[in-house]
Amino acid sequence: MPVAASAIYFLNLRGDVLINRLYRDDVGGNMVDAFRTHIMQTKDLGTCPVRQIGGCSFLYMRISNVYIVTVVSSNANAACAFKFVVEAVALFKSYFGGAFDEDAIRNNFVLIYELLDEIMDFGYPQNLSPEILKLYITQEGVRSPFSTKAQDMRPPANATLQVTGAVGWRREGLVYKKNEVFLDIVESVNLLMSQKGNTLRCDVTGKILMKCFLSGMPDLKLGLNDKIGLEKEAQAKARPSRSGKTIELDDVTFHQCVNLTRFNTEKTVSFVPPDGEFELMKYRITEGINLPFRVLPSIKELGRTRMEVNVKVKSLFGAKMFALGVVVKVPVPKHTAKANFQVTAGRAKYNAALDALVWKVRKFPGGQTELTMSAEVELISTMVEKKPWTRPPIQMEFQVPMFTASGLRVRFLKVSLYLTSLLFKGLTLQLVLYTFAVCKANYREMEQVWEKSGYSTVEWVRYITRAGSYEIRC
Amino acid sequence: MSGHDSKYFTTTKKGEIHELKEELNSQYKDKKKDAVKKVIAAMTVGKDVSMLFTDVVNCMQTENLELKKLVYLYLINYAKSHPDLAILAVNTFVKDSQDPNPLIRALAVRTMGCIRVDKITEYLCDPLQRCLKDEDPYVRKTAAICVAKLHDINAELVEDRGFLEALKDMISDSNPMVVANAVAALAEIQEGSSKVIFEITNHTLFKLLAALNECTEWGQVFILDALSKYKAKDARDAENIVERVTPRLQHANCAVVLSAVKVILQQMELITSVDVVRNLCKKMAPPLVTLLSAEPEIQYVALRNINLIVQRRPSILAHEIKVFFCKYNDPIYVKMEKLEIMIKLASDRNIDQVLLEFKEYATEVDVDFVRKAVRAIGRCAIKLDRAAERCINVLLELIKIKVNYVVQEAIIVIKDIFRRYPNMYESIIATLCESLDTLDEPEAKASMIWIIGEYAERIDNADELLESFLESFPEEPAQVQLQLLTAAVKLFLKKPTEGPQQMIQVVLNNATQETDNPDLRDRAYVYWRLLSTDPEAAKDVVLAEKPTISDDSNMLDQSLLDDLLANIATLASVYHKPPDAFVSRTRPTQPRDDEEEFAEQDSGSGDTSAPVPDGAQVHGGYPGAGPSGPLPPPGGYGAPRGPSPPTGPPPAPAAAPAPAPAPPPPAPVPDLLGDLMGLDNALVPAGPVTPSAPAGPPLPVLLPAPAGQGLQISGQLMRRDGQVFYSLRFDNNTQMPLDGFMIQFNKNTFGLASAGPLQVPILQPGTSANTLLPMVLFQNVAPGPPNSILQVAVKNNQQPVWYFNDKIHLQALFVEDGQMERSTFLETWKSLPDSHEVSKDLPNAIVTNSEATLERLLKSNLFFIARRVLKDTNQEVLYLSGKVAPNVPFLVELTFLVGYPSVKCAVKTPSPEMAPLFFEAMESLLR
Repeated sequence: MPVAASAIYFLNLRGDVLINRLYRDDVGGNMVDAFRTHIMQTKDLGTCPVRQIGGCSFLYMRISNVYIVTVVSSNANAACAFKFVVEAVALFKSYFGGAFDEDAIRNNFVLIYELLDEIMDFGYPQNLSPEILKLYITQEGVRSPFSTKAQDMRPPANATLQVTGAVGWRREGLVYKKNEVFLDIVESVNLLMSQKGNTLRCDVTGKILMKCFLSGMPDLKLGLNDKIGLEKEAQAKARPSRSGKTIELDDVTFHQCVNLTRFNTEKTVSFVPPDGEFELMKYRITEGINLPFRVLPSIKELGRTRMEVNVKVKSLFGAKMFALGVVVKVPVPKHTAKANFQVTAGRAKYNAALDALVWKVRKFPGGQTELTMSAEVELISTMVEKKPWTRPPIQMEFQVPMFTASGLRVRFLKVSLYLTSLLFKGLTLQLVLYTFAVCKANYREMEQVWEKSGYSTVEWVRYITRAGSYEIRC
Repeated sequence: MSGHDSKYFTTTKKGEIHELKEELNSQYKDKKKDAVKKVIAAMTVGKDVSMLFTDVVNCMQTENLELKKLVYLYLINYAKSHPDLAILAVNTFVKDSQDPNPLIRALAVRTMGCIRVDKITEYLCDPLQRCLKDEDPYVRKTAAICVAKLHDINAELVEDRGFLEALKDMISDSNPMVVANAVAALAEIQEGSSKVIFEITNHTLFKLLAALNECTEWGQVFILDALSKYKAKDARDAENIVERVTPRLQHANCAVVLSAVKVILQQMELITSVDVVRNLCKKMAPPLVTLLSAEPEIQYVALRNINLIVQRRPSILAHEIKVFFCKYNDPIYVKMEKLEIMIKLASDRNIDQVLLEFKEYATEVDVDFVRKAVRAIGRCAIKLDRAAERCINVLLELIKIKVNYVVQEAIIVIKDIFRRYPNMYESIIATLCESLDTLDEPEAKASMIWIIGEYAERIDNADELLESFLESFPEEPAQVQLQLLTAAVKLFLKKPTEGPQQMIQVVLNNATQETDNPDLRDRAYVYWRLLSTDPEAAKDVVLAEKPTISDDSNMLDQSLLDDLLANIATLASVYHKPPDAFVSRTRPTQPRDDEEEFAEQDSGSGDTSAPVPDGAQVHGGYPGAGPSGPLPPPGGYGAPRGPSPPTGPPPAPAAAPAPAPAPPPPAPVPDLLGDLMGLDNALVPAGPVTPSAPAGPPLPVLLPAPAGQGLQISGQLMRRDGQVFYSLRFDNNTQMPLDGFMIQFNKNTFGLASAGPLQVPILQPGTSANTLLPMVLFQNVAPGPPNSILQVAVKNNQQPVWYFNDKIHLQALFVEDGQMERSTFLETWKSLPDSHEVSKDLPNAIVTNSEATLERLLKSNLFFIARRVLKDTNQEVLYLSGKVAPNVPFLVELTFLVGYPSVKCAVKTPSPEMAPLFFEAMESLLR
C-alpha cells in the first residue's frame, strides 16, 4: 500500500529529536530509541538506508547535519517514503529561504509542525508544492502576497480549490509588469575512463531549470533539437525536417506540470508552469557526447620513495569558449611527504587532507589548448611492507558556460495564454541570450520558428556544462 | 527569512509549568500564542507538559488559525493520556467542522481522526458524514482519508454508518485528488480485511485511468498501486491499461515511475503479442536507468527492485550494463547492489569489460566490497563457461597481489570453479598451494582443504599439506573440521599408503571422541563404518561423480519472485521478502506489545533469500560433502537436525564398528543415540519457550515420553543454599513399575558431576517423582573451548540406557562470595587487559525496574557495585560482580534504557572464552 510513513523524526547528529510527527498508531512513540541504539550508535550507520529492527522498518537519510528517519510497520512504499523526505526538505528550504539544518529546524519548528500536518495525512503524502502551500500556510517572513491586507491570517478563498485543482502548482491571478522567462540548461558530464584512454562509461545528465515571471495562466511549449520531437513536427507539417544537428535523448523525466500524455503522443513539451523557479525536466544522453576535456595522465612510481606525476589536459570545446574553475585532483599515497610542481598554467599544491595533488586553473581556454602539470612526489619511506597502493581515479571539476556536452539546444519556447485574460495579445516576442551572447547561430534559428501568439515575454536562455563524476583511472 | 522560534526552547527556569499556566490563561492573544508555542517546544524536546491539558484546550476556541493548529497538535499528542479531558475538545471540533472556512473544516476532521479515544470516535461520525459530502474538494479529500483512520480504530462503526459506500462513491468524484485519496483509503481498508471491499471494475478502472492524468504526483502513486492489483480480463484489456500507464514512466517522481513499472510488469504477463512486450521492455529501460541518478537512498531502492526485474525480464537492461559500473564515490550499499546486478547482466558479449571492472574493484579500499568483487568474478566463471578461463586468469592475477583477504576470497570461488569445470583448470593448484599458510578464515581454509582432498592424486605432497592442518584439528571451526575429515577419507581412498592410513585414524578418533559437534561425529561414524565394512563401496560413495552446479545464488524462487514483483517499490521489494514475513498482521493494541517483540528478527524468518547484506554463496554448497547431499548442510554447526544415516539406528553404542577403539566407559558416544532419537529436537522448544523461569514449576522436558518408551525426564540445574542441585522429575507413563535409577554425567566444561546417588523411589505406572540431586563441580573437566552442553545418561532396571543433553545455565554456578568491594572492582577492572573485555547486545533482555532487576540478579549471586545514568541518552549503567567457582570473577557492565528492550552487556573476566555462556545466562535473567 502506498503508505509512506507511520512516523517521521528529525534528529541531529547526536541523536536528539529536533522535531517529530506521528502519523499512525502502528508504531510506538519511542521507536526512535531503537534507531539510536541499533543504527546510529553502531558502525552499521551508513551501510544500508533501510533497516528492520523488531517489527518496524527504518528508512533514513542524512541531509546536512540532520538525520531524517521514517518509521513504518507495514509493507510501505519505500520509494514514496524517500521521495517524500526529499520533497519535504525542498519545501522547507523554500520556506526558510536557504539552508536546511539543525538551527533552521529549531528556528522554524512551529512552521514545520504546521507543514508536516498539511503535507501528509495518515501516512499518505498530500500536496507538497511550495507554491500552493504558501498561499495558506504563512509564518512571519513568509507571507503570501494576498495576506498583507487587513485580514491577516485569512487565506484567499480559493486556496483549497487550488490545492486540489488540476493545476495544483500555480495560483491564479498573478500579474507581472514585465513577463520574463529564464531558461537554464545545466548539464553534468559523467565520465569514467580507463588508464589507456578507453571510455568505460560516459553519459550526460541534464536538467532544464526555469524561472517564470508570467502573468495569468500561460501555456508554454518548449521545442528542443531532439530527434524524435523534430521528426514528429516534420510529419505534422508535412515537410522534411530541416537539417542541422539533432540529438537523441535516452530518457526524459518531467516536472508534474508537464502533460505526459501529450508528450507521449505528440512529443511536445507543453505545460502551465509554476510561478518562480522550478526544474522543468531532466534528461539523460549516452550517445554522441562531446567531451569538454581529455586527460592524459602518467604516474610512475620510482622506487619506494619517489613518484613522478604528469597530467596533460586538453580542451576539446570551441575556441571562443572557455572553462571556469577547472580543478584536477590526482590522488597520491597517504605517506606523501611533499611534491614539487611545474605547471603551464594555474596553480598546484599537495593537499594532505585529500591525499591528492590539486591543480587549479581558473580560466581554461578552448580550442584544443593543452595544459600540463608535472610533479615530483616524495614519499616517506616506510619500513613495513604495505599492501600496494590502490590508485583511486583522477577526478576533475569544471564549468563550461555556453557549452552543452550533449549538443542540446532550445529551439523555441512558445507562450500562449491559457483560457483567461488575453490582455497582452498581439505583441511580439523577443528572445535574448543572457550572460554570453555568443551563440548567434542559435539565436537566429530560434527566431525563425518563433510564432506570434499570446503576449509579450522576454526569454533568457543560458547553457552550462559541469563535471559530474569525471573520473580517469590511472 | 528564517524564523526565530528557537527562543521558545530557552526557558529552563523552575516553576516553568506554573508560569506557562498563567500565560495560557492570559487575556492577551499574543501572550497566549507564545505560551502555546512554548508548550509545544517543551513537548518537542520530550518534556511532559500533559498537566497543562485543560489550559491548552481552553485556547482552542480561537479565530487564529495558527494558534488553533498548535492546540490541535497538542491534542493529538496528549489526548490518549487524558481521554476524559479530551471530551472537552469535542464541542469545538464539531463546531469547527461546520466553519465557513474549508481549511478549518478539513483541519477539524483531520485532527479528530488522529485522536484515538473511543468516546471521541462516536462524535466523529456526524461531522465526517457531512464532510464526505462537503462542497469543497479539500474537505472531501481530507474526509476520505479520515474514513481509513476511523476504520483503523473501529471497523464496525465504519461499516454501520455506510462510510464505505460513501468512499466508493468518491471514486467518481469530479476532483482527481479526492479520487486519489479515496482510492488510498479503500486500498488500505481492503488490505486489513478478508472481505471484498474494494474491487476495481470496468467502470472504476475507467475513472481511475482518467484521474491518473490529472491528480498530483502522490495521487498517481496511490492510483497506480491500486491498479497493480487489478486483474485484467484479457490481453486487450491489459494492453489498454499499459498504454494509459506508460506515459507515467516519464515522471520526475521516482515513486510514480516505480509504481508505473509495477503496473506494466503485472499486465505484461497477460500480453501475448511478442512485439508489444518487446516494445514495452524497450520503454521501461531508460526510466529505470534514470533512477540511478537520484539520491543514493532512492538509488538503493531502485537497485533492489531492478535486481528483481532483471530476474524476470533480463532483456530490459541487457544492454545497459555500463550504467551499473560503480562510481568511486558511490556509497557502499549502492556499490554492493550494482555489483549484484552486474553479475546478473554479465554475458559473453560484455564479460571482458565486466572483468576489467571487477578487477578494478578488487583493488579498492572497502574490504567487503573487494570480497564481493572477487566472488563476482567466480560467479561469472560459473555462469559463462566460455569466459571461465578469462575469469580464472583474473583471479590468478589478483592472488599475485598477495592481499590476504583477496587471496582467501579467490580460493573460495576457485573451489566452486573446479567443481563446475572438473579436470580443466587443475594446473593452477600449485599456485594456490603457495598461499596455504596465509589462510586464516574458515571458509577459505575449508575450500583449500576440499581442493587438496579432491585432487589428492595429483598433488604429490597432499598428505603433508593436510597434515599441517591436522595439528590444530580440535580448535578448528566445524566447517573446517568437516572438510578435513572428508579430505582425509578421500586421500586415504586414493592413496591407501601408510601415511594417509595413520592420518585417517587420527582424524576419525578426533572427530568421534573429542568433539561435541553432532554433525561432525555423525559424518565420522558413517565414514568409519563404510571404510571398515566395504572400502570399495566407500570409494563409490565418497569419490562418486558430483552433479554439476550452477550459479543460482541470489536467484529467487519463481513464486516468491512473482510475489515480490507485485510489490515493487515497497519494502518487500527492498528486503526481498514477502510482506507477511516482516509485517505482523496483528495490530498492537498497546505500545507495550511491540516493545516486547523487539528482538532482532532479521535472520529468523527462514526464507530462502538472505536479507540485505548477503554473502554470495554458490548453491550446491560444499561439494566435499561426499555422498552427494544427504549429509549435513555446510555450516550446519550446532543446528542438530539429526540427519538420519542410511542404516537404521544401531541397537546400542556397544555395537560400534570393529575398528572403533573401546569407548571410555562413562561416556559412551551418547549423542549418536540421542540424535537418532530426535532428542535434540525435543530440546529446542524446552529452551526458549520456558526460559529458565526460576520459580516456574514445570521443569524443561529433557527426555520426552515417546523417546523414552514412556519414561519422561525433566530437569534443570539450580542453586540452593550455596550448592548446585540437579532438580529432576521422572514421569512413568509406561505400563510397568520402574526402579533402580542411576545417573551419569559426561565430561563437561565445568566438570559437573553428581555428588551422591540418584534417589528415586520405585515408580509405579502413571506416577511421577521429584528429586534434588546434589552436584559437585570440577570433577571431570572436558578440555577444549567452553560450552554449555551437559550430556546425561540415565538408566533403570527395566529399560535401556537413556541419553540426553541439557544446557548448563551459568546462573546456577555463581557462588555466594562473588561480592567485591568497589575499590577491588575498579582495580580488577583496570588490571585486566582490554582483550578480556567482551560485550554484546542482548536484544531480548529488558529492564523495567532496576531495583527489581538487581534483586533478581542478587538471587543468582550477581552483586551490585555501582550505578550511573548517562546524561545525553538517559541510559542507565549498572556495574555488577559475580564469580564462578573456583576463581573466575566476572565484572559486568549493563547499559540499558529502563523499560526498553535491548541491554548492552559488557563483561570483563580472566576467562573471556566463558563470555558467551555468561551472556546467555544474563539474557535469561533479564527477560
